[in-house]
Amino acid sequence: MIGLMYAAAVLAILPLILIVIHLLRLGGSAVNWAFFTQMPRPPGEHGGGMANGIVGTLILLGISSAVGLPIGIGAGLYLAEKRATSLATTVRFLADVLNGLPSIVMGIFAWELLVKPVNHFSALAGGAALGAMMVPMVTRTTEEMVRLVPISLREAALALGYSRWRTSLSIVLRTALGGIVTGALVAMARIAGETAPLLFTALGNAFWSTSLKAPIAALPLQIFTYAITPYDDWVAQAWAGALVLVAIVFVISLAARIVTRRRFSAGD
Amino acid sequence: MSRDAASARATEPTAPAAAPPAPTLIAIQRLDAFFGAVHAVRGVSVDLTERTVTAVIGPSGCGKSTFLRCLNRMHETVPGARVTGRVILDGHDIYGGGISPVAVRRQVGMVFQRPTPFPTMSIRDNVAAGLAVDDRKPTRKQQEEIVERALRRAALWDEVRDRLKTSATGLSGGQQQRLCIARALATDPEVLLLDEPTASLDPISTQKVEELIYELRSEVTVIIVTHNMQQAARVSDQTAFFLGGELIEVAPTERMFTSPSDERTESYITGRFG
Repeated sequence: MIGLMYAAAVLAILPLILIVIHLLRLGGSAVNWAFFTQMPRPPGEHGGGMANGIVGTLILLGISSAVGLPIGIGAGLYLAEKRATSLATTVRFLADVLNGLPSIVMGIFAWELLVKPVNHFSALAGGAALGAMMVPMVTRTTEEMVRLVPISLREAALALGYSRWRTSLSIVLRTALGGIVTGALVAMARIAGETAPLLFTALGNAFWSTSLKAPIAALPLQIFTYAITPYDDWVAQAWAGALVLVAIVFVISLAARIVTRRRFSAGD
Repeated sequence: MSRDAASARATEPTAPAAAPPAPTLIAIQRLDAFFGAVHAVRGVSVDLTERTVTAVIGPSGCGKSTFLRCLNRMHETVPGARVTGRVILDGHDIYGGGISPVAVRRQVGMVFQRPTPFPTMSIRDNVAAGLAVDDRKPTRKQQEEIVERALRRAALWDEVRDRLKTSATGLSGGQQQRLCIARALATDPEVLLLDEPTASLDPISTQKVEELIYELRSEVTVIIVTHNMQQAARVSDQTAFFLGGELIEVAPTERMFTSPSDERTESYITGRFG
């Protein structure tokens, strides 16, 4: 029985190991300095990079965080403070539903709301779609983390003459901050690789663009575009892009781990 | 002394020459407290003298902690809780119209059963935490002086002076509790409420906190809820006995423990129930 569980544990991480080995084998050779600094080249020309896609992904992450974090943290704080009100119960349930919503639906919805009315694709629409995906994740982790703060700390602050909102912000939220940052980083890692919500919103861009109002390149989109071409150079670039994307997710996850560890060692 | 001065003096009230009656700081009148339908404190009236230590004793669930929490308006922070009656502090009813609970809590400090240092703050910032919400926030330099004075008053200065900037969670339980007392003292409250402050401490830390309470009586009015009758006898000037939400008896501590006037008080302190 123990042996079976051991095997299951190994099997659970096997896909990740195989993916990383595969990516290193096929994409590793194309990841070099140029890949990070240069623009894509036409098919048939060697070299080039995905600088636009990498920067685009970072910009999209920035926009989605700007949209998703304040709303998510605010909603989570509300759920934790007013946990039994009917609004809180409803929001909690709907956040869980939203969390399970297929990402392509989020993309179509963002297109309907942010692309169609203005008649052009934009980085802003893509970031908003990703941000909307972050909201329920951040809401729920914020709620959990705030609920972990003991009531006695809240009472101690109130007894010192802190007002209710001041207690929430400068004592409760600050105590829960480590956990909330971890939750935010995990949410960012989750959406960094999302492709479907970007198909109808950010669209992708073969050229250099950092404008929020224009279509913008993103690594997942670029991987998709390159991987389905018949050109060997582009397919290799697609593998390299996948490797870089996995690396970005890995770095964000690692940062989340470090924040978590520091939080627990800062305790007793 | 000239004749004019002498006659002028003669017209002054002579009361200060005689021993003045100790001034009442807190007058509690017909105080009732509820948790939903539960009537936790029943019609309590008592006057408390300035700069004394009052111990509140009684069996578990007798309403003594709730009574304490009515004195700084903490009781009403619990959903469904309600208070009626008057608590007159320095001539003003703290439940009167236009008085904010926040203002009351700045005048009436409180320390809880378990130490509650703010884990994200350093020792220094913990002590200064109450100053941060003061209307007239002291300057950085004034704050340093206030922090040192509060830590000295809480008998903690010598133990933490070299690590004021380190996390408060690194202190022992007894040190954390004295830190909480320092934090409550930093805002210079008139009244300090202690809700079983030594319940989670070892005997040596308990002794330190008790000595501290004994010394604080010269500067601040202390009300301490305790389960430990020896503690009540050691630290307090007067003792109040609660039973079933009612105040049964209040008397100078020595008299209370030697010749209580109520039979129920005697049963409790001789250990027949509770």
